[in-house]
Amino acid sequence: MDDEILQEFLAESWENLGRLDSEIVALEKSPENAELLASVFRTIHTIKGTCGFIGLTRLGAVAHAAENILGQMRDGTLAVTPAAISIVLEAVDVIKALLQGLEATGKEPEGDHSKLIAKLDLLATVADGPKVLPAAAPDPAPQEAVTEVKLVVASTPVAAPLPAAIPATPQAAVPPAPAPAAPIAAPVPAASKAAAPPVERRLEADEHEAEGDARKSVADLSIRVNVEVLDSLMNLVGELVLTRNQLLQLARGDDESKYAAPITHLNRVTTDLQEGVMKTRMQPIGNAWSKLPRLVRDLMQVTGKSLDLEMTGAETELDRTVLDAIKDPLTHMVRNSADHGIESPEVRRSKGKSETGKIRLHAYHEGGHVIIRIEDDGAGINVQKVKRKAIEKGLLTEADADRMSQAELLALIFRPGFSTAEQISSVSGRGVGMDVVKTAIERIGGTVELMSTEGHGTTVRIKIPLTLAIISALVVESGGESFAIPQLGVVELVRLSAEDRNTRIERIHNQEVFRLRNRLLPLVHLHRQLKLSCSRSDDASEDVNIVVVQVGEDQMGLIVSEVFDTEEIVVKPVGTLLKDIGIYQGTTILGDGRVIMILDVAGIATECGGKAVNSALRDRAAAEDANSDAGSLTSLLLFDAGNESTMAVPLSLVARLEEVPRSNIERSGDRLVVQYRGDLLPLLPVDGAYGRPELDPQPVIVFSEGQQSMGLMVDQIQDILEERLVIRMQSRRTGVLGTAIVNGKATDIVDTNHYVMQANPDWFTSTEQPSQRRILVVDDSLFFRQLVTTALESEGCRVTTAESAVAAVERIEKGERFDLIVTDLMMPMMDGFEFAEWLRSRPESQSIPLVALTSLGQANHEARALQAGCDRFLQKFNAQLLTTTIDDLCYRAQSRHGVSA
Amino acid sequence: MSRAATLEASPLRDGMSHQLDYENQYVSFRLGTQWLGVPVNVVQEVLNPQSIRRVPRAPSEVAGLLNLRGQIVTAVDLRQRLGLPEYNDERGSMNVVVRHGQESFSLLVDDVGDVINVSGQKLEPVPNSLDAQWKAVTKGVFRLEKRLFVILNVPAVLKFG
Repeated sequence: MDDEILQEFLAESWENLGRLDSEIVALEKSPENAELLASVFRTIHTIKGTCGFIGLTRLGAVAHAAENILGQMRDGTLAVTPAAISIVLEAVDVIKALLQGLEATGKEPEGDHSKLIAKLDLLATVADGPKVLPAAAPDPAPQEAVTEVKLVVASTPVAAPLPAAIPATPQAAVPPAPAPAAPIAAPVPAASKAAAPPVERRLEADEHEAEGDARKSVADLSIRVNVEVLDSLMNLVGELVLTRNQLLQLARGDDESKYAAPITHLNRVTTDLQEGVMKTRMQPIGNAWSKLPRLVRDLMQVTGKSLDLEMTGAETELDRTVLDAIKDPLTHMVRNSADHGIESPEVRRSKGKSETGKIRLHAYHEGGHVIIRIEDDGAGINVQKVKRKAIEKGLLTEADADRMSQAELLALIFRPGFSTAEQISSVSGRGVGMDVVKTAIERIGGTVELMSTEGHGTTVRIKIPLTLAIISALVVESGGESFAIPQLGVVELVRLSAEDRNTRIERIHNQEVFRLRNRLLPLVHLHRQLKLSCSRSDDASEDVNIVVVQVGEDQMGLIVSEVFDTEEIVVKPVGTLLKDIGIYQGTTILGDGRVIMILDVAGIATECGGKAVNSALRDRAAAEDANSDAGSLTSLLLFDAGNESTMAVPLSLVARLEEVPRSNIERSGDRLVVQYRGDLLPLLPVDGAYGRPELDPQPVIVFSEGQQSMGLMVDQIQDILEERLVIRMQSRRTGVLGTAIVNGKATDIVDTNHYVMQANPDWFTSTEQPSQRRILVVDDSLFFRQLVTTALESEGCRVTTAESAVAAVERIEKGERFDLIVTDLMMPMMDGFEFAEWLRSRPESQSIPLVALTSLGQANHEARALQAGCDRFLQKFNAQLLTTTIDDLCYRAQSRHGVSA
Repeated sequence: MSRAATLEASPLRDGMSHQLDYENQYVSFRLGTQWLGVPVNVVQEVLNPQSIRRVPRAPSEVAGLLNLRGQIVTAVDLRQRLGLPEYNDERGSMNVVVRHGQESFSLLVDDVGDVINVSGQKLEPVPNSLDAQWKAVTKGVFRLEKRLFVILNVPAVLKFG
């Protein structure tokens, strides 16, 4: 057998079979889809035809039997049932196995498939029997043949295997003849088949040739190229890029050079060539998905769950190497969703969900990246369980765990050696955990984020680069070494002169920040992060170079000692011995032959405080409010917290300012207290400050929360200012809510809640605690309803949700009472503005605090929302800001109530 | 090259090399006075001292990266890996480049000797009392006529951190 023909046959068959699995599964769902059926039929038919042509009898027999079934399905004589589909899939598997053997040995593997063929044939007979029997025998046959021709022609205008109808006609015409004797119809087609081969083969050979002719027009437009050829081409282009860079470097600064013009031309051609070669490697992401419908179908049968896989954006293109790298992680995650995420139908029913679990895959381009979302509406992840397990496994201590946010706890799932499934199932198995997924994604410079709401589902968001091969990078120097920073993440470069560095770089505690236009940019000395010594950037007489990089929603400034040019670099993977370092995403060779590391800014940001981890849920307010000047002013109390640092607190949260004579301060156990209005007021210093015992009297700020009060000992009360309070940076330090710009200075805002809780540790268990706040959340997005609910419930609120303003109106009209309402603005039927107006128009609801929580831009909509009756305008979604706002509003409403009562 | 001359005269010439007998052939190299070897079929090539870029925050056993005709090779400081003092010689370390997995690694050694054929000899286990750091990375030892020849387990050498 001609080897080349065989290779061609294998390549074509694999390509077709890749598509086949998903098509057959899709067919099961929409049995009436004639086009799909025709396509499936065609694939099998082509395989069968080619088998006959090159003499692969075993493969041909299986394909033929499968084709018979599909032909009958297409003709409507056999119903597309799950059972029938299962048998067809079985046949496809056998075909695959045979092809694999063929590929490995060059010969058709031995094996007996008569059972499967008998099964297929039996199915075919069953269909033939009842359907044909009542029909007038001679009539349907020609008709069938005609429809077939039409179908095939209609769906393949180019490679129309028109002659296909020729073998089909006699075949289709044969069975009806013995039809009246239905019970013994079975052996007859089989016999006719046995007798047919020489003719059939001949006909199909003709057909193949004919197809070959017809296909020429397609072949003119596309050719099959071995992937290795493309890969080596890509490598060569990589080398060319490096050489080009070298030449550019040599010619730089010498405009007179006679080489200048040709080098410029070479530069342009190289760039075009590079783009062109990259394009040849782009493939739709659907190629990585094609196996998933089959996988999900198999999982349904194994687990007994009912699953629905929805895939959108399959046409999104990305580099072949990236595609290869994400195939397994994607499969793993879909399997995880199906196995661990989606509950059994009984559980789903009992929870009021539809019995069929939904798994959604969605891919799209965003910037130079591809985003893939994998969502399921299953049980979600139990954060407490994760926490327990992590402690059990010794991944962290209980104390650490208690300090972690929900998002941080969720991220534990990605730690090596973590698996949350209570039972090891045969489907997901053990060993391959989410850590493997994360490693695989990160190896190609991607990131994984996980969001989950218990009881409602899990969303995984993967962000991967379009291509790995060649990127544009900024070359910088720090600590005497050069590094590359991917240009994609670089927002801008800032250079500060030596005179300016002391005034422009400010400090919050030990964090250096830089005021870049209207936002606070945390600064990181790159050489310190890299543990390199003696960088020039430390020298006060040197200018400061800041590379502003984007990490998720956040920005960060990297201080480097020198910024060189941008270069096109060929990314090579980080060696296995270095891959655990976490701050490198690759290595590369520069134009001058030097090997340098490519920095992973996301990794650096994570090290500098894990800020990038939950960026998806962070508010965008900080980024957007710079262009908005609207907004109410807040009175802030400024005080000296010791260590010469100024802090602020919204005046509305301050109950009183006192000066306590030192002699009145008493010690009770390990706490300081003062007798105050017939009660004991606990006193606390500002966290991290030591307090100054020589202060007499001691200035104290009294905070109250419900029935509880405490006094914060400060060094000095400084001022009260009216300022628009915008928390620009969340803080991870206890006792600090975040940082805002007050009076032109970066100032920490005190988290009063923290101190009140600390002073009254039993606050949560206190029986005197005011009854839980009842909060109504109105949002048409299930995701946000869940998100907000989780955030508020964790703060001890009782949350009711409404999926539309209309539903909310109903509840309120029925007499339900709420302490506060959080509403979305953009909703169908009745929007948030109308809802606010309605609320304010009724005397009994006009004083309920109302918070607008929206993804609309602040600049255009805040004023309108406030005018409509909202008390606050918040952007989706910052949980902490929401809860403090709610605290504040409820507190005000309560005190207002108190006054009027 | 003068170093080649010293190698020529190395005391390890007692094993005669036979071509195509890769099973029994080992590339020999020296750390201090100790002669060590790795199977010849994992060795890609042997290089003179190279310019090696260090990698900040890399494990101390990783000396850095080197550019081998466009291929990036991780250099492992074998002295550091085996707990020996630093090599201070102006001539610099030689590179024994080995393949492991899909990657190339360069083992930095003081000196490279011949390819030694040990056919007919028995690989004996290293003594139990050997330093744990060594025991973990050695396969065994050949008693050559004049020297002991310790065979390294390459995958184990490249597994640390």
